[in-house]
Amino acid sequence: MLRGLFAAIVGQALVVFVRLLTAPRAIWSGIEPIPRQRVYFANHTSNADFPTIWAVLPGFLRAQTRPVAASDYWLKSKVRAFFGRDVLNAVLINRDRENRDPSEDPVAMMVAAIDEGSSLIIFPEGLRNLTEEPVLAFKSGLFHLASARPEIDLVPTWIDNLNSVLPKGEVVPVPLICTVTFGTPMHIRPGEEKEIFLDRARLALAALGRERD
Amino acid sequence: MGTSAEVLQLFTGLVLALVGATLAASALRRWGKQTGRRAIIVQTLFARINAWWAMVVALSLAGLAGRLGIVLLFAIISFAALREFLTLTAKRRADHWMMMFAFFAALPLQYLLVYIGWVGLFTIFIPVYAFLFLPVLAAMRGDTSGFLSRVAETQWALMLCIFAASHVPALLWLDIPGFAGKQILLIAWLVIVVQAADIAHFVTPRLMGRTRIAPKVHHSRSWEGFLGALGTGTVVGTVLAWITPFAPWQAALLAIAVSVTGYAGGMVMSAIKRDKGVADWGHLIPGQGGFIDRLDSAVFAAPVLFHLVRYFFEGA
Repeated sequence: MLRGLFAAIVGQALVVFVRLLTAPRAIWSGIEPIPRQRVYFANHTSNADFPTIWAVLPGFLRAQTRPVAASDYWLKSKVRAFFGRDVLNAVLINRDRENRDPSEDPVAMMVAAIDEGSSLIIFPEGLRNLTEEPVLAFKSGLFHLASARPEIDLVPTWIDNLNSVLPKGEVVPVPLICTVTFGTPMHIRPGEEKEIFLDRARLALAALGRERD
Repeated sequence: MGTSAEVLQLFTGLVLALVGATLAASALRRWGKQTGRRAIIVQTLFARINAWWAMVVALSLAGLAGRLGIVLLFAIISFAALREFLTLTAKRRADHWMMMFAFFAALPLQYLLVYIGWVGLFTIFIPVYAFLFLPVLAAMRGDTSGFLSRVAETQWALMLCIFAASHVPALLWLDIPGFAGKQILLIAWLVIVVQAADIAHFVTPRLMGRTRIAPKVHHSRSWEGFLGALGTGTVVGTVLAWITPFAPWQAALLAIAVSVTGYAGGMVMSAIKRDKGVADWGHLIPGQGGFIDRLDSAVFAAPVLFHLVRYFFEGA
């Protein structure tokens, strides 16, 4: 109870901090900010990606939106675990294919979260993109999720400028203005193959990024 | 800072003028034709009037808090402007240290120097020390691609958004005989003259047509707009000579200087925006673009006004 209250306060503080720092602005280019269950898939350039998307979502959407994140990162220390579990309410998945328990199947966990009514934020590139490429190849999770729940809206979400706010390896963020662009939702086509679908999703996200440039 | 009779009169006058402007604009919206371009002009007018309300309220509240309030207000404005500027310029990871220096060292230090009134240092801190230190910082990061333009763009950001902007609150430290404690009126005078010139630049071409000065820079920069801005700024500045320590003819000359540099400033900032491919600097003020869009003229005019007044009017 107390922990939950504290987490809510920290969460609000995080939103205020992100707003002060990056004055993030949502561009609703393909969807409206209405309470509808969605999977936002975004480009991943910095650890602040999720807080930024979170900060531009209106409160009533924020409460039901959970990020999907790696447990090896978020459970490393108590502070991180508090942020990951309590503040961000993340769906924590185990990336260690070899040693994970069958009950930790990432796709099953994401589907379970969807069935509970949550929206999800996922970073299908799997790791932070530090290359000059706009978007890296997608991991297959998005495909398995889309196959399991084909009716759900998959919204490409482009985060612009965060990699300049806090580049990898830097400790101190600098206050630059960021934008989050929500594109047109897409769905998996009946019988669509994995590679083709993942490529289509990646190109949709990259196209959104080019629009911003 | 005591509230002198002039401050109260000016404040009352401004509030009355803004109430009048708001009512007039509302009447236009209520009864005027609402088609195409006209609707856009009325909208722009409303956005401007709201921005002026914000300026009057912010300046008055800051003024009540004294010098510290004014300095803090402009430090915050500088911060917002710097953020808009660097968002458009800096893109490389190797710029990070320069940006950290800009936000966390140069900005607070400059405003601290202004606050303690160390004129000798705050007028050279960024043009000399920051200018020499920035490239060192960039070179230490080792990334040499686009080195000169990266350093130069960051230095520009410092010069405009911090150095020039900080000359507005610096007006408070001008030691003019017989004007002690009333320097906030100089800030008000500067802002009003610049805003009057700005609105004339917006209105005149719509009444008199436009002959473009430099079509490539910005379609709205025309000779008619320039003359309108110059004329309006000068008239308003002269009429308001009673709130300044200047004789009317002196106020007129200073208003000319302020209007011309302000107009030129707006044009330079338009050129930068055009180069970077954006219409506005930001989105913080709804319908008005960013902070820099509203302040570009004042930022260019402030150092000129500061040094002119310091040279000609400051007590020996």
